[in-house]
Amino acid sequence: MSAILTEKPKEKESFGKTQRKDLWWFEPLVYAVGFGAFIFYATWAAFQGKHYEYGPYLSPFYSPLIVVDWWKFSPAFLILWIPAGFRMTCYYYRKAYYRSYFMDPPACGVSEGCKKYTGETAFPLIFQNLHRYFLLGASVLLCFLWGDVIKAFNFNGHFGVGVGSLVLLANTFLLTMYSLTCHSFRHLIGGFKDSFKCGYQYNLYEKISCGNKHHMFWAWVSLFMVGFADLYVRLCSMGIWTDVRLI
Amino acid sequence: MSTLDRFEIHEHDVIVIGAGGAGLRAAIEASTNGASVGLVCKSLLGKAHTVMAEGGIAAAVANVDKQDDWQVHFKDTMKGGKFLNNWRMAQLHAQEAPERVLELERWGALFDRTNDGTILQRPFGGHTYKRLCHVGDRTGLEMIRTLQDKGVHMGIDVYMECTITKLLKDDGKISGAFGYWRENGKFVIFKAKSIILATGGVGKAYKVTSNSWEYTADGQILAYDAGAELIDTEFIQFHPTGMIWPPGVIGILVTEAVRGEGGVLKNKDGFRFMEKYDPERMELSTRDVVARSIYLENKDGRGSPHGGAFLDISHKGADYIKKKLPSMYHQFKELADVDITTGPMEVGPTCHYSMGGVKVEADTTATSIPGLFAAGEVAGGMHGANRLGGNSLSDLLVFGRRAGLHASEYAKKNSSKLKLDENEMKLAEKEMISFFERDEGENPYSVHTDLQELMQNKVGIFRIEEDLKYAIEQLKILKERAKKTKIEGSRMYNPGWHMAYDLQNMIIYSEAIAKCALQRKESRGAHSRIDYPNTDPEHGKWNSIVKKSNDGSLVIEKSPLPEMPKELQDLLKEKDLVKK
Amino acid sequence: MPAECTIKKESMDAGHDLPGEGHKARIATFKVFRGDKNTGSEVEYKVPVEEGMVVLDAIHYIQRNISPDLAVRWNCKAAKCGSCSAEVNGKPRLMCKTRLDDFSSGEEIKVYPMKSFPVIKDLACDVSWNFEVNKKITPFTPKENTSWIMNQRDIDRVQEFRKCIECFACQNVCHVIRDHDLKPKFAGPRFFVRVAGLEMHPLDGADRLEALKNDMGIGFCNITKCCTEVCPEDIHITDNAIIPLKERVVDRYFDPVKIILRKLFVKR
Repeated sequence: MSAILTEKPKEKESFGKTQRKDLWWFEPLVYAVGFGAFIFYATWAAFQGKHYEYGPYLSPFYSPLIVVDWWKFSPAFLILWIPAGFRMTCYYYRKAYYRSYFMDPPACGVSEGCKKYTGETAFPLIFQNLHRYFLLGASVLLCFLWGDVIKAFNFNGHFGVGVGSLVLLANTFLLTMYSLTCHSFRHLIGGFKDSFKCGYQYNLYEKISCGNKHHMFWAWVSLFMVGFADLYVRLCSMGIWTDVRLI
Repeated sequence: MSTLDRFEIHEHDVIVIGAGGAGLRAAIEASTNGASVGLVCKSLLGKAHTVMAEGGIAAAVANVDKQDDWQVHFKDTMKGGKFLNNWRMAQLHAQEAPERVLELERWGALFDRTNDGTILQRPFGGHTYKRLCHVGDRTGLEMIRTLQDKGVHMGIDVYMECTITKLLKDDGKISGAFGYWRENGKFVIFKAKSIILATGGVGKAYKVTSNSWEYTADGQILAYDAGAELIDTEFIQFHPTGMIWPPGVIGILVTEAVRGEGGVLKNKDGFRFMEKYDPERMELSTRDVVARSIYLENKDGRGSPHGGAFLDISHKGADYIKKKLPSMYHQFKELADVDITTGPMEVGPTCHYSMGGVKVEADTTATSIPGLFAAGEVAGGMHGANRLGGNSLSDLLVFGRRAGLHASEYAKKNSSKLKLDENEMKLAEKEMISFFERDEGENPYSVHTDLQELMQNKVGIFRIEEDLKYAIEQLKILKERAKKTKIEGSRMYNPGWHMAYDLQNMIIYSEAIAKCALQRKESRGAHSRIDYPNTDPEHGKWNSIVKKSNDGSLVIEKSPLPEMPKELQDLLKEKDLVKK
Repeated sequence: MPAECTIKKESMDAGHDLPGEGHKARIATFKVFRGDKNTGSEVEYKVPVEEGMVVLDAIHYIQRNISPDLAVRWNCKAAKCGSCSAEVNGKPRLMCKTRLDDFSSGEEIKVYPMKSFPVIKDLACDVSWNFEVNKKITPFTPKENTSWIMNQRDIDRVQEFRKCIECFACQNVCHVIRDHDLKPKFAGPRFFVRVAGLEMHPLDGADRLEALKNDMGIGFCNITKCCTEVCPEDIHITDNAIIPLKERVVDRYFDPVKIILRKLFVKR
C-alpha cells in the first residue's frame, strides 16, 4: 500500500442518506419524544410556583425549598439549574440528545448532511467538561432529598407511611443510583489511578464500574420517577388525587 | 532504457519478507543492530497468522511450576518431535525462550498474572510442567501487537500488501528481491545485502485448514528456487481440534488451551476415548496422537455426527470459561450457535502447521545461500516430526531475533556494492505477466480446489504408498494446469492473479511433501503410514532433504542427523524426573 | 465513494453452479460494489446458501465461480485478524462474522467497502491513514526501576483494550471521520483505545494527555457511541476508554480547582 493518501474532497451527502434497512430513526425518535415531554413538564411545573407541598411531602423540583423576598420567581428556579446541568452534561444524556436533537449523527452509519462541526472543543459544548462540578452540586441536593424522605414518613410528629412517602423514597433512591453510576464519579473514586494499592478502593471502583454499565437505565427511570414524584405531590395538593395512608 | 529504470526500487541493508511474529522480531533486532530494514508483507501490518495463535508461548520461566527449566523444556521438545529435531535449535529455543518472553513484557505486553503478580502459565499437550505464558486465548494477538507497536517506532520501513516472487542474486550471493504491489499490480525491486524469510507455512494446500490465504509456501519456494535446501517436508501437523460444523466454519481452530484448561474429548457414546490411546497424558497428549485418535474413533464408527469428536469444557462453569477462553466462547456462540459453557463442541483435525521448511544453520538461521536467512514456520528442523503446542510462538521470537541479528551482521560485513541481474528481473516480470497473455485457460481457483482435494485425501493424516504415488502423478498434471491458467481483469488488486502465482508455490511444496512422505517408510510424529504403522529406529537417523536439481526437477535425499553432544544425549536418557 | 462515482446495475450469476429447481438450497442475492476510486457499479450475484454460511463465504464463492478478480481483504476467517471489514446493508461489519441466517429469506444483501476510507478496488480500501496515526503515539515507556510485578486486577482493564483486532470498523463508523472528515485533527476511537491501554498500563510512565487533547482531538468525540455499537470484539470503547480519558484530560486542563492546586503545590 502506498503511504501517501491520495484523497479527494469528499462529496457531502444529504441528511439521512444510508444503506441501512432497519428502523434506524426509531430509537432517536423515542428519546426525542421522551426527553422532550419531560423538559416540557418540568418547565411548566417549575413555572407554577405553587402546589409543590402536600402534608409532609415536598416536590423534588422544589427541594431544598428556598423562599426569599428578593426572588420574585418560582423558588424552583433557584435550585433546578443544578440537576438540569447535571443531566445536560451527563455522558449518557449527551449521547442521547446529540443524536436525537443535534442529529450529530442521527444514527450510526446515517449521513448528517453538510454542516460545521467542532464537537466538544469549542464554546459552548466545551463546558461539558465541568460535569464533575454538577455531580458535586447534585450530591448536595441529594442530601436534602434524603432529608425530605425522612420528613415524608413523619405525619405531625408520628411515624406513618403514605403512598407519597414511598414515591419520594423511590425517587430519591433512583436519583442516588443515577449519581453513583456517573462516569465522573467512577473516575474520581478510582478511575484516575493506574493501579490500586488499596483493596477496598478497588472493590468500590469495581462496584461503581459495574453499576456504570447500566447508567442509561438509571438515567431514564430516575428521570421518569422525579417527574412522577412532582406530579404526585402536585395532584394531591390540587385535590385531584388522594394520598392513601398505609400505616 | 535499462530494465532497472522501469522499476520502483527500494534499498535497505536487510529485507525481511513476512511480518508475523518472526518477521517483526527479526526486523526489530536488525534495526536495533543498526541496519536499515525494510519489512515486506502480503497483508496489512498486524494481520499475519500469528494473531491466530491462541494458547500461549512455551517458555520455562518457572513461575507456576518451580521445577521447570530449559533442560526439561528441551527434553519435552525432542520427545514431542520424535528425536528428529535439530538438537541445537531445540537447545537454543529452550534456553532463550524465557528471556524473549520477558522482553515482550518489557515492550508492553500484558500476560495474565499469577497471584504473586508474575506471568501465569498453563499446561499444554506434551509439556511436563505448566509452561505456557498466555493472555486468555489471544496470546498471538498480544504478541503481534506488542511487536508491531515496538517496530513502528524504530524507523523500520513497512511495505504492506506486496508479494515477493523472486530472490535476486549476484555471484551466488543475495542481492535483492523482485515483487509486485497487490494494490496496483506494479512491479517493485528491493535491493538488499541480506534477506530474511519469515513467510510462514503451506496450510492452504489442504482443504480443511486453519491457515489463511497467505500460507502458500512462498518463502520455502523462493529459497528452493534460489538453490537452498528444504528439510523434513513430509511432516505436516494436523491440529486435533478444528471446528467441523456448520460447513462455513470447517477448519477454524479450537485452541489447545481448551484441553489445557481441562476440556475432555468424548466419542458419540460419551466415552473419554483418550484413555485408550494415551492413558497417561489423556487429552494433553501430543497433537499427532490426539489427531490420530479422533481419526481412528471415526474409522470405527464412534465419531460425532459430522465426523469428529466432542470436546467438553462445560464442567468448568460459565464464568471460568468466559474469563479464560473468551474468544472460543464467542466463536462457537456466533458462528455455530453452540454455547460451550453448557454443552460440548464438535471438533476434528485441521491442517495447522508445517514442521518442515528451509534448512537453516541453528545458531545463525543462515541458509546455504550467502545472505539468505529464514526464521519461524518457514524454517525447518526445530520441531522434528511433531511440534508441541506453544513452541511455535517461542520459536518465532528466539529465531526471529537470531535471524535479525545475524542478517544485519552479515550485511555489515558484506558492504560491497551488489549488482542486480537485469535478465533475472526480466524473467520474473515475464512470468508474472504471462497469465494475462493467454486467450484461454482455466480459472486458478478450480486448480486450487483440485489441489486441496488431492492433498487432503491422498497426503493427509494417514498415508499409504499407492495414494502417495497417485498424488505425485496428479501433482504433475496440476503443475501443468497451473502454468496455463488465465486471468481476467487488470493487474489492479486482482486476487485471481495472486492465486495463480501462489498456486505454483503450493504445488511444488506439495510435491516435496508427497515425495518425502513416500521416502519415509515408517510412522513417526505427524507422519503416519498405514503400510508402515511402526516407528523404525533406522529411520530416526536421518532427515529428508529436498532440493532443485540442475534440470529444474525436484530431488530428495537423506541426510544424517547432526551429532548431539554427550551431555544432551545423557539428558535425554535420564529417566523422567517428575510426573504431574 | 468518490464524487464522480456512477452506480450502474449489472447482473451476473454462475449459471451451471446453481442447484437446479426442486433443490432445497436457498439462493441469496448479493449486490456488491465493484469499482475503484473513480468509478463503480453495483453488481448483482446469486449465491447458493449453505448452513452456517457467512458473508465472506459468499464473497469467496463469487471469487471462485463468477468473478476471480473481485478484490477483498481477508485472513483468518475467524474474527481474529480484523481484515474483512465492510459495510453490509449499511452497517460496518466483519464479513466473516456476519451470518446469512441474520437476513430474512429473499432479502438483498448489499456489500460495500468501508465508506470513510478511499476505495482501492471493490471491497478493499486504503486504510494507511490509520497506520500513520499509530506512529505518532508515544510508545510504551516503562517507569524507572520497576520490578515487573503486576496485579491481575490492575491489568484487567487494559487487557480489554488489547483485545482490539484493528478492523477499523470504529474508525469507519465514527461520524467525526465519516461525515466531518476531520482526519488531520482527530485520531479516532481505535487510537483512543490504544492510548487508554498505554495510559492505564500500571507500569507505563509516559504522559499522553497533551497529545490527546491537542493532536488527537479527543474533544471532537461527542460520545455518541457508534464505535461501541460496531466493535466486533465487544470492547466498551466509549465507556471504558474514551470517557475515562476525557476525565483525565479534564483533570489536567479543565478542572479549575485542580489547576489552581497544581499551580500552588506542584513544584516545576
